Amino acid sequence: MTKALRLPPTRAGSRIMSIGSYRPSRVVDNVEIAARIESSDEWIRDRSGIIERRWAAADETVVDMALIASGKAVAAAGLSPEQISMVLVATVTHPYQTPSAAAELAARLGTNGAGALDVAAACAGFCYALSIADSLIRTGSSEYVLVVGVEKLTDFLNLDDRGSAFIFADGAGAVVVGPADHPGIGPVVWGSDGDQKDAITMTQSWAEYRTEPGEQFPALTMQGQQVFRWAIGEISKVCVQALEAAGVTIDDLVAFVPHQANMRITDAMVKQLKLPEHVVVARDIATTGNTSAASVPLALDRLVENGELPGGGLALLVGFGAGLAFAAQVVELP
Amino acid sequence: MANTEILEGLAAIVNEVAGTPVADITPDKAFIDDLDIDSLSMVEVVMACEDKFGVSIPDGEVKNLKTVGDAVSYIEKAQA
Repeated sequence: MTKALRLPPTRAGSRIMSIGSYRPSRVVDNVEIAARIESSDEWIRDRSGIIERRWAAADETVVDMALIASGKAVAAAGLSPEQISMVLVATVTHPYQTPSAAAELAARLGTNGAGALDVAAACAGFCYALSIADSLIRTGSSEYVLVVGVEKLTDFLNLDDRGSAFIFADGAGAVVVGPADHPGIGPVVWGSDGDQKDAITMTQSWAEYRTEPGEQFPALTMQGQQVFRWAIGEISKVCVQALEAAGVTIDDLVAFVPHQANMRITDAMVKQLKLPEHVVVARDIATTGNTSAASVPLALDRLVENGELPGGGLALLVGFGAGLAFAAQVVELP
Repeated sequence: MANTEILEGLAAIVNEVAGTPVADITPDKAFIDDLDIDSLSMVEVVMACEDKFGVSIPDGEVKNLKTVGDAVSYIEKAQA
């Protein structure tokens, strides 16, 4: 008979121990963007709620940004980098097919050769990675997991594209997830709709660009109305499912932290969910823009930093974007 | 559903989405030029119409619905 395999002891739960963020220093206002897309400050504010966003410097990399956010998160958790045994980096803008951003980050941060993996679920990436971290900890595979959402979207932005130039931006947010004696990260509700893969995509694949280079380096492109319809039609339902899965109601929340896609999407979801007034809604997009995988941890960090949230309260996180992939879960705030 | 009932229902939706007074929402009015509905608000109007009237309005059809009257006729036909 085949010998039975041994598994590590499981744990009752995991929790977010700390948050760290990095926002690039260069502030870019709407006037600068509007000039190239025949638009205006007013039009951009009306359509997106964005007043300004942050752009990374030309020589600043995804890993540079992730490293700063991660260093803050690890220090705030009261840990040293060697205690991190797994690094999960949610990103779609690390400009190397391989190796991963996570492997470089794990080394530069000073982990002791931690496991390292990039998660490519676009704007849903952070919520995907957070759930993977929770599973790793509860099953006993890891003790402390670093989860990072980071993007340098400006490397893949066509500044002449009216549909996306004003939306996307750069930044990094990181959390340390560790063991808890009760569930601090609720069950994830996730999925995708690959039939709508063209709703948010690249103008060309790398292979197409190699054989027949277009005028523009492959850039992000988005069918704004299609994405808006999907987001307000489907994602509110996903939010309700995540609350049900965690056994809580909307009244139990202190915060709602949706992916910062567009203020209009956030407004529509708040209306559909009939969010009670006491629930603080993350609206970080106004001064940060849409930073894809980085938006949820950046928005969460802003709320915690501003002291708007009681520690230990419950927040509903939801990420959604290209793929069209989504993930939502209720978490206990650090 | 009668034409006037659809108009009333649609007016309530536009009022909810954009805050336009119901009395101003007449068949000759254009959503974008007259009623302060932009392309994203129009998506909200269309989705609310689908719910309320039990019809399907695909993305490709939305650009043809320029006026309130266009939308009322489309919904009437789709319900038939």
